Amino acid sequence: MTIAASTELICFALLGSVVIFGSLGVVLLSNIVYSAFLLGGVFMAVAGLYLLLNASFVAAAQVLVYVGAVNVLILFAIMLVNKKEDLIPIKGLRIRKLLSGGICAGLLALLIRVDITTPWSLPGPVPIGEEATVRIGEHLFTDYLLPFELASILLLMAMIGAIVLARRDVLGADIGTGDPVDQGLIEKTNTPLLIDKSST
Amino acid sequence: MFTTPAKASLAMIHPAGIDLESSFTNAMQGLGLSPQVAHILWLPLPMAIVLVAAVVGVLVTVWLERKISAAAQQRIGPEYAGALGILQPMADGLKLLVKEDVIPARADGLLFTLGPVLVLVPVILSWLIVPFGQNLLISNVGIGIFLWIALSSIQPIGLLMSGYASNNKYSLLGGLRAAAQSISYEIPLALAVLAVVMMSNSLSTVDIVDQQNGAGLLSWNIWRQPVGFLIFWICALAECERLPFDLPEAEEELVAGYQTEYAGMKFALFYLGSYINLVLSALLVSVLYLGGWGFPIPVEWLAGWMGQSIDAPLVQVITASIGIVMTILKTYLLVFLAILLRWTTPRVRIDQLLDLGWKFLLPISLVNLLFTAALKLAFPIAFGG
Repeated sequence: MTIAASTELICFALLGSVVIFGSLGVVLLSNIVYSAFLLGGVFMAVAGLYLLLNASFVAAAQVLVYVGAVNVLILFAIMLVNKKEDLIPIKGLRIRKLLSGGICAGLLALLIRVDITTPWSLPGPVPIGEEATVRIGEHLFTDYLLPFELASILLLMAMIGAIVLARRDVLGADIGTGDPVDQGLIEKTNTPLLIDKSST
Repeated sequence: MFTTPAKASLAMIHPAGIDLESSFTNAMQGLGLSPQVAHILWLPLPMAIVLVAAVVGVLVTVWLERKISAAAQQRIGPEYAGALGILQPMADGLKLLVKEDVIPARADGLLFTLGPVLVLVPVILSWLIVPFGQNLLISNVGIGIFLWIALSSIQPIGLLMSGYASNNKYSLLGGLRAAAQSISYEIPLALAVLAVVMMSNSLSTVDIVDQQNGAGLLSWNIWRQPVGFLIFWICALAECERLPFDLPEAEEELVAGYQTEYAGMKFALFYLGSYINLVLSALLVSVLYLGGWGFPIPVEWLAGWMGQSIDAPLVQVITASIGIVMTILKTYLLVFLAILLRWTTPRVRIDQLLDLGWKFLLPISLVNLLFTAALKLAFPIAFGG
């Protein structure tokens, strides 16, 4: 075995274990802040796996989008609503945990079965390495143009929805029920927290 | 041996130029080592050199900051530690090194320690793509400048982590501000970079510089991308949390932001990280807009006028030295500008900061991108068709 191949194998084992144990930690830890930070670690390890597969552009995009945007926003949300309160104990928590654990184990068994029974074509297509950036660009502007644009419209809709939810004072009445909007929320959005009152 | 022209390896478009790696590998093979072992021996060398260069760059920047701020305020500044106080940053570093490492009793010890590391590591990793010459960089990765943008987006996690782990309201606010600021300014920054990338048809920093060095000073990107240059510079200052954008550590409001609870070496990591980031940003501005290692008059012309071949060994060494000197010169001019800005401008408010980022820089950078695309289609000769 050459040095490069063994390095690759060690890296794969390391990244794989980080992904597996990191995601277990994300699910099982009771401290939500730890879960969020571990999620960032899992995203980084996945980016590392992409690097091992010679897909450097995808790896960098993974870091930029998932670690830099998604995970930071999750952390932001957690820290802005950082209430120190104990959760109300739910009835039959033990049975619920067992049930969800059983379902997850079943799903895992199913996936493992699929993994074993599928005839994978090995080795797969040859990685194109640095040319991948150009290839992705070509695809995005030709045969994947419609899905790409649809995804951006979906994001735009989500953004407008978030703005409407956050700034209900613009509407005056709830869109769904037609009831007048909760006055407390309106007052909160109208109170300038940082801007001095003379300028508004 | 020192000046062997590079073997025409597959990735090298420019076979001429100093290639230290192949020289080193050849020398090692001459000593009877296998190519693989020689490669492994080679790998840590450029990394170590760049790490040392980054730290020395920080020491110089700290000294400059002290001296220039003193001049701006009509003081003398550090004077007794070495000539002109040049050893003052060393003394600072040494002091931080031997200080007690305090972890607050109610803080989260693990995250508290991990935070500064997460801030520093991406910044140092980004030096991977900084070129000082045709072959004088650690790795000419194809995604070059995109790698830097991706890596710099990890930093806010470290800031949030240390802000949270300190268990202090000022730290938490500082961390949140830092994250909000770097997310907001990343977008115009990336769009400004995209306009440059569009003109040079490549993400690689080496290609970006090569494309600017056709006619020396006149072909630098700053003339073709004046708006992009300004956007990039403003965003880079905001990403480095320099005044006028140093809200995350605004002394009057937040004590010291996310650094409040830190002492000793952990504080030094933050300090080092912010200065390495400043030097890195200045380096990248010079790479993207000021022609990188290019001399104002192309060295090929100079060699031609003097009747020398550009591939001659001596000329190669001189060219490489000129390249390194030019890169550092441009970088430190920009660092000087940043320091002057810091000591002469007031701090913006958080709402002004976000307004500037989202309502001004973002639309302007989008327009700049569209305009660049239009010009590229209209004048493919001047805008890299």
